[in-house]
Amino acid sequence: MRPFELTVPATVDEAVASGHTFLAGGTTLVDLMKLDVVTPPRVADITALPLRGISTEDGLRIGALERMSDVAAHPGVPPAITRALTLSASQQLRNMATIGGNLMQRTRCGYFRDTTMPCNKRSPGSGCGAIGGTNRMHAVLGASRHCAATHASDLAVALVALDAELRITGPDGTRALPLTDFYRTPGDTPDIENDLRSGELITDVLVPHPEHAANSTYVKIRDRRSYEFALCSVAATLEVTGGVVAEARIAAGGVGTIPWRLPGVEAALRGEPATESSFAAAAEIAAHGAEPLAHNGFKVPLLKRTLVRALLDLTGGGER
Amino acid sequence: MDIALQINGTTEHLDIAPGVTLLDALREHLGITGPKKGCDRGQCGACTVHIGGRTALSCLTLAATVRDPVTTVEGLSTSDGLHPVQQAFADQDALQCGFCTPGQIMSAVAAAAQGIDDPDEVREFMSGNLCRCSAYPNIVAAVRRAGAEERRTDATV
Repeated sequence: MRPFELTVPATVDEAVASGHTFLAGGTTLVDLMKLDVVTPPRVADITALPLRGISTEDGLRIGALERMSDVAAHPGVPPAITRALTLSASQQLRNMATIGGNLMQRTRCGYFRDTTMPCNKRSPGSGCGAIGGTNRMHAVLGASRHCAATHASDLAVALVALDAELRITGPDGTRALPLTDFYRTPGDTPDIENDLRSGELITDVLVPHPEHAANSTYVKIRDRRSYEFALCSVAATLEVTGGVVAEARIAAGGVGTIPWRLPGVEAALRGEPATESSFAAAAEIAAHGAEPLAHNGFKVPLLKRTLVRALLDLTGGGER
Repeated sequence: MDIALQINGTTEHLDIAPGVTLLDALREHLGITGPKKGCDRGQCGACTVHIGGRTALSCLTLAATVRDPVTTVEGLSTSDGLHPVQQAFADQDALQCGFCTPGQIMSAVAAAAQGIDDPDEVREFMSGNLCRCSAYPNIVAAVRRAGAEERRTDATV
């Protein structure tokens, strides 16, 4: 690891004024600093800042420094979020990693993590090793000719489905931003991954209507049964009245360069009977616009099937 | 920079660079070699310790950021003998080469304390601790035995 200066800001204002790289749980940042993928000259340990607490009084509010394991164990957290968290990483990592840090984690693309390889995200203009290389794990949705790295977070997929918002503090004050507007597809600038500006810090995650997610789930498909990133995942909420879908909220992970909300599928489900055949019909448009690479074409049918399985789980017809 | 760490009940003062991990502080600066350096990337679990009573990976933790007490495998046993989880690992033959064992035991202590007994749930809980010798069946048995022992002890207190 390259030498750096470690600071400990006493307040949020001091942290955002510092311009230093924020260190919370460290499970991404320390890892990438060891690999020389990121080399910040100054790092601010923000773990003592008062950004904790889980409140369910006016929607669900989660302090950005809450640990994944504590959020997963909270009774007021909807099933989709709990499942996304408990299917993430290992219990040690869930004890360390924070909610804000989880949303800011970097891709697991092997080319990004290997400084001997080209990567437009790590080193803009150096090329993409994955697009013409080994790309079984990569995105089929939202990629550009410069980058096809997937977003690695399970939690972000669930939060995108649940219309979550971020509360962000920066040098110019505080703002709120829907999570769907936070992440950016790579386009011509894969190094710019989100809307966070210099010095800004995520302070809270808000789910305005957790009651919409009373009947919700997160289904994660992976190469191993545990402790592995998603090949494909689906977060879904489903409200059924008289056997008919009244409302659905759906997002997919492991298939897109960002957590991938599926409004077309949601629209196709509304007003249809809550049956496997109408779920399968709606799922047909889930991968609309997909552009598979040499090795990841299997993710297109996998996305459709994962989606049907999630919806069946929510109507009592699924298998674990 | 000067830091103070509480390790296994003892306060240790160190002068280290900000980039020194808790794992390197323990092994290289304090001679506490129970936590092992397997992958050094947060993937194998051999470096697992408890920080503030919760499992954590010491290889991804900067020593200078640690404020809560740290327990390593060296801190489990007492003058009365092995910790029940250590004894269960010995009784169930839950190791071969032993390199991953200190990390396995630190996770197993947390599993037993949380009352995790279902074999699938034990495997899920222990998935962050890899064993290249693949002693997994016996590790699962040891975790379950230790948990049962803990519940039996609780019931007789």
